Amino acid sequence: MMRAAIKGAMLAACLLIAVAVPARAALEADFKAAYAAAEAAEKEAGALRNQWITAEAQLKAAKQAADKGDFDTATASAREAEALAKASIFQATSEKERWKDAEIH
Amino acid sequence: MRARFAISLASAVLLLGAFAVIVRAAPGADAVDPAADAKAFRDYFVKRFPNVKLEDFVNGPYSMNEDMRRQWQEKEEFPPYEFALEAGKEMFSKPFKNGKTYADCFENGGIGIRQNYPYFDAKEGEVITLELALNRCREANGEAPLSYVKDDMASLTAYMAFTSRGKPFDIKIPNDPRALAAYENGKRYFYTRRGQLNFSCASCHVQSPGERLRAETLAPALGILNAMPIYRSEWAGMGTISRRFVTCNSQTRAVPEEPQSEDYRDLEYFLSYVSNGLPVAGPGARP
Amino acid sequence: MASTIRVRATANGETTEVQALIQHPMDSGFVKDAQGQLIPAHFIQRLTFEHNGKSVFVANWGPAVSKDPYIKFAFKGANKGDELKISWVDNKGASDSTTAKIQ
Repeated sequence: MMRAAIKGAMLAACLLIAVAVPARAALEADFKAAYAAAEAAEKEAGALRNQWITAEAQLKAAKQAADKGDFDTATASAREAEALAKASIFQATSEKERWKDAEIH
Repeated sequence: MRARFAISLASAVLLLGAFAVIVRAAPGADAVDPAADAKAFRDYFVKRFPNVKLEDFVNGPYSMNEDMRRQWQEKEEFPPYEFALEAGKEMFSKPFKNGKTYADCFENGGIGIRQNYPYFDAKEGEVITLELALNRCREANGEAPLSYVKDDMASLTAYMAFTSRGKPFDIKIPNDPRALAAYENGKRYFYTRRGQLNFSCASCHVQSPGERLRAETLAPALGILNAMPIYRSEWAGMGTISRRFVTCNSQTRAVPEEPQSEDYRDLEYFLSYVSNGLPVAGPGARP
Repeated sequence: MASTIRVRATANGETTEVQALIQHPMDSGFVKDAQGQLIPAHFIQRLTFEHNGKSVFVANWGPAVSKDPYIKFAFKGANKGDELKISWVDNKGASDSTTAKIQ
């Protein structure tokens, strides 16, 4: 719904003035949302003391790309970071009891 | 006012109820029995490697691979940790600014005591490793603490291990729920998979000792800490137990904890306890 | 400071076996430090073992030799009790030397 509204606004803007500025703003908004989600997931993984180096690296790459204004790359990295962070949360949660299966008895 | 009191009373009752459930669930099937664990741990390795003598497990990959052993024996004639050992001896006997030495901080002047570390400190309620004790000794005497992963700490522990060579590990777990909890936490850490590669410590060092990980031969977990600290050719230098834990974690693409974090100390406690009876072999040399 | 050279030379009949370990960073010049700065090359250029004033082993080394290098070789013509002189010079002009008795 929200995205559709943004897209609509974007289209209208493009039609009115053929300038890329509003498109850029939308890309930046996309990145910010993706980055916030990734950061939140990584923080949760941190609380479980189970962060992954790769998730940290993708977060950093996202920030660097965004600083350069390359929001396509930045958003892609942020989404990758979020996926990795979520996987690490899944791992930590499922290992909470499952480690016992590996124990030598 | 009254309503609020009623609410807090209700939540207190709820909390109490929750506690009761936890307390009741604690003993039973999951009861912590370190002695049984240690026996099972040792039996597992002895059964899996019937040709390896028990005290030889401390030699890590060399107990698993005859060719590597020959190379190592040659190396031991002129061990690469010699410089560290000498530096450690010098540091150990050099007084602090206040005139005291490391020897004043330890039982028996710090000589021949490696096998007793880590131990559970009942007063502080936590596991004290040798590395931590060394830095506390420094701080108590007004010196800045050393880095846990760098050469100075490795040199000191190398010297202390060297003076204890051959003495069997003698880690004690007092009958204190906090000590048992620390032990259990170390065990949990050891068996828990982490990092993007989804490895636990046990994945390599229990399930695959003797197997190759690229060019390296994996060491068995039994006795793995007895040879610490080590000169690692791959590192072109010495490494402490802290360094080993940190690099193990990052190799599985997990963000490592801080050296001497509670988890790491508990892990060291668990791993050392299950290797009780095996001799101190540090400092060691590893490829 | 203690010597940077550890030597053990043992005569075994005709030949004398020499082992030595030298403490040296042997920086290749291609490695960066924690701050991302290149560590300048620093390596032993010439290592010499002399017996009775005669060089029995000379190595011209470059930056590819490992840190704290280890050397082992054997030579003929020495007796127990003879002295062996070992010295090195690195690319920054630093040097060290020591003598060892052949056992």
